[in-house]
Amino acid sequence: MPNSPSARRDGAMAAEQSGTTTMTSAIQPYLDSFHDLIPGLPGAGLGWLDRLRHDGLARFAATGFPSQRVEAWKYTSLRALERSVFAPAGHATPPAIDRLPTVAPDPRTAHRLVLVDGRFRPDLSSVPASVAGIASAGLADLLAGSPGDVPTTLAERHLGSVATLETGLTAVNTAFVSDGLVIHVAAGVAVAQPIEVVFIATGGAAASPTLHHPRLLLVAEPDSQVTLVEHHVGLGDGPYATNTVVEIVVGDRAVVNHTKIQREGQGAIHIATTAARIGSEGRYDHFGLTLGAALSRNDIVPILGAGASCRLAGAYLLRGRQHADTTTAIEHSAPRATSRQVYKGVIDDTAHGVFQGRILVRPGAQKTDAYQINRALLLSAGAEIDSKPELEIHADDVKCSHGATAGELDDDQLFYLRARGIDRDDARRLLIGAFVGEAIDEISDATVAAAVRALADAWLTTPAAGSQKGMGS
Amino acid sequence: MLIIKDLHATIDGREILKGINLTVGPGEIHAIMGPNGSGKSTLSYVLAGREGYEVTGGSVTYDGKDLLALTPEQRAAEGVFLAFQYPIEIPGVSNTTFLKYAVNAIRRHRGEQELDAMEFLKLVRGKTRALGISDDMLKRAVNVGFSGGEKKRNEVLQMAVLNPRLALLDETDSGLDIDALRIVADGVNALRSPERSMVLITHYQRLLDYIVPDHVHVLAWGRIQRSGGAELARELEAKGYAEFAERAA
Ligand SMILES: Nc1ncnc2c1ncn2[C@@H]1O[C@H](COP(=O)(O)OP(=O)(O)OP(=O)(O)O)[C@@H](O)[C@H]1O
Ligand SMILES: [Mg+2]
Repeated sequence: MPNSPSARRDGAMAAEQSGTTTMTSAIQPYLDSFHDLIPGLPGAGLGWLDRLRHDGLARFAATGFPSQRVEAWKYTSLRALERSVFAPAGHATPPAIDRLPTVAPDPRTAHRLVLVDGRFRPDLSSVPASVAGIASAGLADLLAGSPGDVPTTLAERHLGSVATLETGLTAVNTAFVSDGLVIHVAAGVAVAQPIEVVFIATGGAAASPTLHHPRLLLVAEPDSQVTLVEHHVGLGDGPYATNTVVEIVVGDRAVVNHTKIQREGQGAIHIATTAARIGSEGRYDHFGLTLGAALSRNDIVPILGAGASCRLAGAYLLRGRQHADTTTAIEHSAPRATSRQVYKGVIDDTAHGVFQGRILVRPGAQKTDAYQINRALLLSAGAEIDSKPELEIHADDVKCSHGATAGELDDDQLFYLRARGIDRDDARRLLIGAFVGEAIDEISDATVAAAVRALADAWLTTPAAGSQKGMGS
Repeated sequence: MLIIKDLHATIDGREILKGINLTVGPGEIHAIMGPNGSGKSTLSYVLAGREGYEVTGGSVTYDGKDLLALTPEQRAAEGVFLAFQYPIEIPGVSNTTFLKYAVNAIRRHRGEQELDAMEFLKLVRGKTRALGISDDMLKRAVNVGFSGGEKKRNEVLQMAVLNPRLALLDETDSGLDIDALRIVADGVNALRSPERSMVLITHYQRLLDYIVPDHVHVLAWGRIQRSGGAELARELEAKGYAEFAERAA
């Protein structure tokens, strides 16, 4: 299996063209609805917000949804999103509170903030009384002027400051930004208990497919420490789409541990941009577990300050005809920053995994240390992986390496296990579990790691209905 | 216990086993010796059921059953154990997890209650001590970073824990220092019983000084060329395999 560490120095690649699309027809309904919707959106009339929304719309009008002619979207087509018009999500009836999904060992003491179809639901959320120094508010409430404990100017200061309008997806999310969640961690506060944000999509049941654009903003002030679990769950397997934008501000010397679990319904399109700005000596760790959705795309875009560190890891477990794209773009913008990426894919049936990992080292970002590995396990002849590393290095004193492997389960290992009495299916599960485990080991919070491991094990033992081996072939 | 009749097997169309005949009775210890590349490991893999080896003729009867019709895991559950010449490394799976899976898979097959964590630890503890295997080695990934000798001791540990009725030891003595050889031989001797048969594949008389075989066979060019008692091994040590080379030519 090829594993080729290499580094390019001063070999700046041509800046990626952000393609202009001719698919105006696909985006026209969204553009048309904008002027009707805008006055009714929370915070309408606030100068900064009106400007932000209009900039978002203008950018979206110019770019549309990304097309496959754009290099960064070469392996993933959004035609499914363009083909039908998605309506904004309505008000759905949520499930009973004791049945809400959670990774917390004890839901009664969980710090859990719940959104249903992109709308924050304080009635379903629970914040332990003992939590001090953390404030959260629904974005709509904050924009409408009831910020609760959250500093009033937080949204104005940070919304749109981390996630730029570069892609049409962030742009359209920004144009229609209406609800979501804002979390503020005060300077010097360290919270051990994870904050879990549960995004429930009731989608699939409604007459016409829905599209929502939830927004999550986390601001961790200097010297603070927080663990965030972003948990997306779909209740139905019909078509719906979500276009999430997560903005994370990691203050100087702050530590943010972020785990994202994606368990959308089988008919879902899940698109997400996670942008993080990491202050000097700050740390941002991100783990992504991709299990659900017919089509998913994760853009993870951290910018590292001086001496900052960033660890991106993830596991994508795919079967049936799922398509999952993880695209990272780490920007080393200052000296002495460290980044590490460890991704593992397990791909069965005719599923398709994509990993694109871009590392950009800006001029002056000396002593950069960047590592990246993507390994895929292909469980059937029809399974596919596209892996594309991209290094763009404009400093001369850096250490960058990357590698990608794709292969099948090892026959010798399988035989060894079977020769000890372990049947073929168990032996395969043990080996796949071990393979995925190497990525899960990157999660520093033990409770979160255990929850992720349990979900991965569940995936291994119970194939989703209708997507058993061989279905797609 | 084990009856091999006129066994032929090929790898990638090339015939490696060219008519093996061997009968191993209950409680017997057989040693198989022979030059490099003569087919000793091939025979052990065919008996354990490794894929890629095509049996083109003959039969193997184990306990009255057609061994070749069973999957590798069924053979293991029926009591066949192969100590690998080159034990396989399995990153990410701890030795303990591996052993526990194996023990319980075999117990399930036999209709016995699975062992819980405590019972399993009790079973393993005594055996690791005798084999000089540390708790650390149990926690580490299977064979990953183990020295040659540690890997071999780990094979014997698995054998001791799984309690087979037919043990095939493929060069379990190779690569062991003198003390380790003694530990391994003691481990094997401890498992000697009227119900357990063993086939030791080895190049060295040294092992057979510790574990005295009932029968010794010379496997060369895909066939058992000669069989005898323990004295045959000493004769080979002195004379080498030249005699069989002439015979094959
Ligand atoms: N996978 C394979 N593909 C092709 N040839 C093979 C394969 N495995 C074994 N062979 C060949 O089969 C023959 C017998 O090999 P085998 O490993 O059984 O020998 P051996 O008697 O165990 O030797 P040694 O004493 O060196 O362990 C050798 O010529 C070897 O090269
Ligand atoms: Mg051999």
